[in-house]
Formats: sequence, C-alpha cells, structure tokens
Amino acid sequence: MKQRVEIVKRIMDSNDRLAQNNQAVLYRNQVYGINLMASPGAGKTSVILETIKRLPATIKLGVIEGDTAPVTIDSDKIAAAGIPAVQINTGGECHLDANMIELALAQLPLEALNLIIVENVGNLICPAAFQLGTHANVLIASIPEGDDKPYKYPNIYRGLDVLLINKIDLSPYIDFRMDYFQQGVEMLNPGLKTFALSAKTGEGFDAWIAWLTDKIITK
Amino acid sequence: MHELAVTESILKIVLESAQKNKATAVTDITLTIGSLSSIVDDSVQFYWNYVSQGTICENAKLHFNRVRATLKCLDCDTTYSLIDDLTPCPSCGSINVIILSGEEFQVDHIEIIKEETNQDETTR
Repeated sequence: MKQRVEIVKRIMDSNDRLAQNNQAVLYRNQVYGINLMASPGAGKTSVILETIKRLPATIKLGVIEGDTAPVTIDSDKIAAAGIPAVQINTGGECHLDANMIELALAQLPLEALNLIIVENVGNLICPAAFQLGTHANVLIASIPEGDDKPYKYPNIYRGLDVLLINKIDLSPYIDFRMDYFQQGVEMLNPGLKTFALSAKTGEGFDAWIAWLTDKIITK
Repeated sequence: MHELAVTESILKIVLESAQKNKATAVTDITLTIGSLSSIVDDSVQFYWNYVSQGTICENAKLHFNRVRATLKCLDCDTTYSLIDDLTPCPSCGSINVIILSGEEFQVDHIEIIKEETNQDETTR
C-alpha cells in the first residue's frame, strides 16, 4: 500500500533547536556571543585581535576558532594575546554548527567571561545556514573582495545583525562602488547596522567598539 | 559544501516520519528549496545516494520543488520575481523592498510503502 505523508518541516530545524540551547547557556552565564563570518582573507583574525586590544579591560573575552584543518595559527595568535581560545577543527566541514559550539562552550570558563567571539570558517555560503545560538551574526566584508558580494551571496546578508566593512584603508587603490554594495545590502537587510573600518590602521574601530561594549553586561 | 550535513538532516527528518507511519520503504521525497537558500540540488542528490544506503530510504527519488525569489516593492507595490541576480524594483527602481519568498528550505512530503494492515486492526 502506497501512502503520502505530509511533513512540512524545516530542514535546519534540529540545528536551530541546538542553537537555542546554546543561547540559553549564554544567557544564563550573562555572556554576549558573536558569530563572526567572512570569506577567507577578509581579516577575521585581525579584526578580533584589534577588537581585543581596544575593549575595556573590564570585559573578559573568550574566542572559539573554527578551522577546516588542524592548524592552530589563528588560535595561537589569540592565545598569545592572553585570551582563552578553543580551537574547533571541523575536519573539512565548511562551517560551524550548533553542536560544535555546544562542545566548545563547555571548554570555556563562561562564568568568568562577558563576551565570546566565534570565528567561523572562512566561507560566505555554508555558515549562513547554521545558527549557532550567538546573539549577533556579524559579517566582515573586505573591500578587495568586490562590491558585488551581497548580490552573489544574498543568504548570508539576510541573517546579519551587524556588517563590518574592512580594509577601508585600501579604498584609494580598489574599484569598490560603496553605493552599489550598500544598495544590495539595503535590499536584503534594510537598516543593517554597518561599521566601515580598517584593522590595519584602526580607523572606524571606535564606533564598533562602542556598539559592542554597549551590548555587554559587566558582571 | 554544507550539503552533506544538510542531506543527513533530510534523512533524519524523513526516517522519523517514515517510522512513525510504519513504512517499510520510502519511494519519493519532495523538498522545497528557495533560490535564495544557496543549496545545490545536484550535491544533495549526490550525498543522498550515499547517506541513504542501507536505510528504508535507499532508492527513494528526490523531487526538488524550486521556488524563485519573489520581492515586493514597498514604494509602488510592484511584486516581481528574481530571474538571476538581486535587482531593484523594475517599475520604479526603488530598493525599499521586502523578500516574500525564496528562502524556503524544507521537507514537504514523502511517499511511503506500508504493509497491508489488517482492516479489523485499523478500525478497532
């Protein structure tokens, strides 16, 4: 006997439920969580290091590093800055998921932290599909990547809470139409909070740090 | 390629539902995938053949119901579909738009084979 069974279930449902658990853990510990996404080379680690340098000393930060291979280059840099860092080797997977974050959170001294930055795997497609349970999805778009990225990767722009436009010090040398870029962003995510900055020169960081500091609960 | 993780998730959803309905085999699976969801059908099909091996879903046919992105202009009320890239309102050029569809990503329904059940048992 053949029968049709209606399901209508979102495919990402089980990941999203795990993400909600992670969010509950963060809330309980009063830790603000950021899921930092970008393409490879956009400056994720540099932005994190510059952010660490500029945050008030009262804010205690932990970092979760996602990498597709067992290299600790990024987490070594973070650890060298005196910050607790957990490395997740995704074993070739192109993204972090809520389950990996659950395991990583268990390795961090959450009760002593105010902020966690998750450095996702460098990729503009896959991380967009997997909620992690952090409070804010933040994307770094760097100017050398080109101004067409919102048009080519609409999905990741849809789910963002903050956009950081990095490497603005390179503006004089690169044909990046800021208005065209921002038009795409505006269509996908109207009114998206955006900060233009440079991790190299520090330009624009004050506004980003002020926004971030404002979100964090000091214990 | 996150399609492997996604395909495993599809299998889990389908198996749960099939078992609940006492299926002996699943023959067809219909998925709805919006064009903004950045999922590649071919990759899902490729991984499907691999992850479904040895389950009651082995040999099930995947059907992709592709939904084109539809946008609505909030300035002039024009509704338009995206053929390819993201574009402003074709009528008035506004970027004050909302996305109505195109982000779907779900398992819609499945076709299963069931053992003929005893009529007495089902009506009792």
